[in-house]
Amino acid sequence: MATQDIPHDVGGGRASLLYDPKVRGIFFQILVVVALTAFVYWIIGNTVENLKRANIASGFAFLNGRAGFDVSDTLIAFDSDSTYKRALLVGLINTVVVAAAGIITASILGFLIGIGRLSNNWLIRKICTVYVELFRNIPPLLVIFFWYFGVLSVLPLPKESIELPFGSFLNSRGFYFPKLIWGEGSMLVPVALLLGIAMSWFVARQARQRQMATGATFPVFWTSLALIVGLPVLALVATGFPLSFNFPQKSTFNLTGGLQIKPEFLSLYLALSFYTAAFIAEIVRAGIRGVNKGQTEASSALGLRSGQALRLVVVPQAMRIVIPPLTSQFLNLTKNSSLAIAIGYPDLVAVGGTVLNQTGQAIEIVVIWMVVYLGLSLITSGFMNWFNAKMALVER
Amino acid sequence: MKYIISGILGAATLGMVATAASAGTLEDVKAKGFLQCGVSTGLAGFSAPNDKGDWQGLDADFCRAVAAAVFGDGTKVKFTPLSAKERFTALQSGEIDLLSRNTTWTINRDTALGLNFVGVTYFDGQGFMINAKKLPGVNSALQLSGAAVCVQTGTTTELNLADYFKANKMEYNPVVFEKLEEVNAAYDAGRCDVYTTDQSGLYGIRLTLGSPDDHVVLPEIISKEPLGPAVRQGDDKWYHIVKWAYFALLTAEELGITQANVEEMKASGNPEVKRVLGTETDTKIGTDLGLGNDWVVNIVKAVGNYGEVFERNVGQGSPLKIARGINALWTKGGLQYAPPIR
Repeated sequence: MATQDIPHDVGGGRASLLYDPKVRGIFFQILVVVALTAFVYWIIGNTVENLKRANIASGFAFLNGRAGFDVSDTLIAFDSDSTYKRALLVGLINTVVVAAAGIITASILGFLIGIGRLSNNWLIRKICTVYVELFRNIPPLLVIFFWYFGVLSVLPLPKESIELPFGSFLNSRGFYFPKLIWGEGSMLVPVALLLGIAMSWFVARQARQRQMATGATFPVFWTSLALIVGLPVLALVATGFPLSFNFPQKSTFNLTGGLQIKPEFLSLYLALSFYTAAFIAEIVRAGIRGVNKGQTEASSALGLRSGQALRLVVVPQAMRIVIPPLTSQFLNLTKNSSLAIAIGYPDLVAVGGTVLNQTGQAIEIVVIWMVVYLGLSLITSGFMNWFNAKMALVER
Repeated sequence: MKYIISGILGAATLGMVATAASAGTLEDVKAKGFLQCGVSTGLAGFSAPNDKGDWQGLDADFCRAVAAAVFGDGTKVKFTPLSAKERFTALQSGEIDLLSRNTTWTINRDTALGLNFVGVTYFDGQGFMINAKKLPGVNSALQLSGAAVCVQTGTTTELNLADYFKANKMEYNPVVFEKLEEVNAAYDAGRCDVYTTDQSGLYGIRLTLGSPDDHVVLPEIISKEPLGPAVRQGDDKWYHIVKWAYFALLTAEELGITQANVEEMKASGNPEVKRVLGTETDTKIGTDLGLGNDWVVNIVKAVGNYGEVFERNVGQGSPLKIARGINALWTKGGLQYAPPIR
């Protein structure tokens, strides 16, 4: 809106008000808001009226009803006596879990491949190029099908499970591994782990300060590793190994006991990670390429080794270019997780769809879907904006 | 994403058709020139396209019967394949005029979903199928504790399954898919031990598996599944047409009117036959419905009577070879019973 001050025509009275751009601007803004409100009101009113006329129940009261169906993957307690609300929560948690796991894996994989594409090694460079071109050009749904029908469903049946080390099994029903049972006194172990992490953080800070002051370096990485791994192991020895394992056993139909990761989760998680990693690799490559070659040359002139130059000079600057498009990839991955429905992983869309069908509350469920995905996306981009702002401070 | 989109479209059309729908489904269908009929995405015996792409089956033939009653021509049907999840929204939003898709009649669907079921074209019950070769020694559903069970989402099957295992204090692991083909593929690949759906469906699906002879349907029937066509609420005229099209199929069988003899039967001396076929003088047997008086003749010409439809699609004339059982006419000890057409 144009708001510059124009000298008022003192004698004009009403005419001047009509031609005042400020007044006119406010008038049209109010008009747009009123028209928009009226339109939304009309849409809602019309929908409610028609639902009533078609004798279709509406409102969100159905959420407290008994679900009556079971869900295969549940991280919180759920059975057919739980409510629809809880079923949707189960779906939401599954969506968040697969998205979070996918984002972490895709980022790690993407960074490695992106750096690999710039490697001096011919073979590594070509393998990374083939990877990117392959996964970037296949629709994500096909990648999911590839893992589900092409890889995981051709594994043997439970009775002929592939036996892996540590009492783990792999078969067409998923990956089974022993469940850790915490015995008496084992609480010392996580305490020791936390202590190790805290101490590592402290050591790292001290080392940085000392380096700033004196220039002397300190092997922070190896010290931290020793602290984080060593302390819990020490705690285990001190308490006399209170841990035991519940191993998967073969029964009539499946393996029972232990923990199971189902093929639906595995294939969705792997597909989303592999697919998105291809895009992240390109973003990382672009980010690194975006850093002036002079920076690398200057760091080697300072005597940094190439790994150090990458870690201390190039990547921090590349991050500023990488983060904004990375956010979009994280959002894409989260939204692509709704393809879960094709292989029967109970994410929010799949469970919501079941609720929709059992209750017939289409509009309400669609509203819940939209609000939840919007919320997830806003949280992700909010976090990434914060991260971006933090990284931008490094700018000189 | 497709479902979100179809959901939004459904919601939007619900809003938009506000004024258009009041014209009445019969008038809309006549103006369009064809009947838009919702069927399954492919269930042998009920609605599945054959090698020429024509929809075959009990449910598909019911669509043709309604089209014949309205247009005098059973071919004026367009089929919309729908997943279990899409079917009700499609009917509510006016995308289809009639849902004839092996759908179980329940109180919730008949009330809160805004549907009207017209009758039961097939009395069914939910059963279980297992691979007998891989699971020798299992011959009852009560031995299935711990099994992985393949099931289609958005069905009464899913709910009955949960109830049955809970009532019998058994554990199971549901493997839920959205489309029938996905469930079939997963079961065939051994992702689950058990396939559950309506028993008629199990017989049909068994034929499509890699080696049908390895699979057996367990004897237990754990629920009542009355399958029937449904229309939208709020249009009694259309509801009556679809309902009486179903009764006409039953009445024709009861009176021995078949696709082959319907023309001769018009000249019959039997007053009941004459009344049903609209050859009585000054008859209003069809005009009261908003149809021609020869509507029953048209239905029988197009698809035959109920018995013929049954035998051709799921009975002895089909690969399914399902016995009439409780789907026989009431005169033969079954449950199929039509009120009089008079």
